[in-house]
Amino acid sequence: MNPLPITEADLQAYVDAALPDARRSEVEDYLAAQPDEAGRVRAYMNQMQTIRSAFNPILDEPLPANLSALASAPPTAAVDGRRRPFLARWSLQRIAAGLLIALVSGFAGWLAHDRYPPAESLARMAPLPRRAAVAHAVFSPDVRRPVEVGAEQEDQLVAWLSKRLGTPVRPPKLGALGYELVGGRLLPGNVGPVAQFMFQDASGQRLTLYVSSENTPNQDTAFRFAQEGQVNVFYWIDGKFGYALSAGIDKGKLARIATAVYEQIEHK
Amino acid sequence: MDSSAILAEIPRLRRYARAMLGDRATADDLVQDTLERAWSRLHQWRAGSDMRAWLFGIMHNLRIDQLRRPGLPALSIDADDFQVPTRATQNDQLELRDIESALSHLPDEQREVLLLVALEEMSYADIAATLGIPAGTVMSRLSRGRERLRLIMNGEQASARLRVVR
Repeated sequence: MNPLPITEADLQAYVDAALPDARRSEVEDYLAAQPDEAGRVRAYMNQMQTIRSAFNPILDEPLPANLSALASAPPTAAVDGRRRPFLARWSLQRIAAGLLIALVSGFAGWLAHDRYPPAESLARMAPLPRRAAVAHAVFSPDVRRPVEVGAEQEDQLVAWLSKRLGTPVRPPKLGALGYELVGGRLLPGNVGPVAQFMFQDASGQRLTLYVSSENTPNQDTAFRFAQEGQVNVFYWIDGKFGYALSAGIDKGKLARIATAVYEQIEHK
Repeated sequence: MDSSAILAEIPRLRRYARAMLGDRATADDLVQDTLERAWSRLHQWRAGSDMRAWLFGIMHNLRIDQLRRPGLPALSIDADDFQVPTRATQNDQLELRDIESALSHLPDEQREVLLLVALEEMSYADIAATLGIPAGTVMSRLSRGRERLRLIMNGEQASARLRVVR
């Protein structure tokens, strides 16, 4: 009868002398025919011996007093005075920490609710002026390529951005205020594409209109003003559209332009 | 549990803890915690059962608790995936010193099984019961631990323990 094939478990058990005699001699036959495996098994046996030689001397070390004392039951005082209070202290600290977290969270939530009644809509629109201002700061100083598509191809620009935003978008006409369209570009918004139109006056002063179409309807807001570093931003939300007009000009001037933009969009 | 019985186990607990942790003071602290917990949970010990296995089980659980405590969360990269060449093997005279360093480069779970086999000469079944893992897992950890230790001792594998900080 052929013996069962020798498994890794057999080899491990052979190293540990945990095999029945019959099986052990089968493993020995196998190892005799497999010098590589025999070498590996020898290495494992040496390991065991080396580990024992390295650590067995610890068995003969005198016991530290604190450990030998624990060979007998610690006096109740020791158990109560040391171990239990230690645990209790931890438990108390944990409970206290948990309570503190609950209180602080609750209080913070209450504060936030009180300070920002429409907390949700604010959370949605707050990033709009910031994103617009950053986009303004990035692209408006660019001398050679401030836009992707120039004003000379306005029809293409409008068709392209409308297609990408999935809704008609059109730059306002601000010539009456001294600003001419430079062009526009597509940018990544929070969840999809947004458009940026850039205008410039005779002095080279630039302003940008950031148009996103990813807002939740019925969260309309009136004009709001934000200042992000050097950039002033007027923004508002109208249906699913969010508009942000950014420029490094003073608030009053920007407000007049924003009003013009708003009226054109409303009466288009 | 009587004093002489437990006194007899302390040297073995110390030996194992030292081999497991490397550092003498840390190891003795673990032994002390183990004994204190053992006394406080005396009611859980079934008279007549193997006290050594019970104590080693307590020590194992304490160590797991310690590892779970928040610190910088880190996990060992499975060194099987990293074959980094290192300098040639040392001489046999250095082996005794090297075994400690080589052991410290094994994952905890492999070192644990290897040491229970080597030092405590526990059966695979007892180890499985002590550590609360299936017998098959004992075998695979033992097998992988031995092979990795062999490679480390041969200088065939990186002895640096790579850690990933999450």
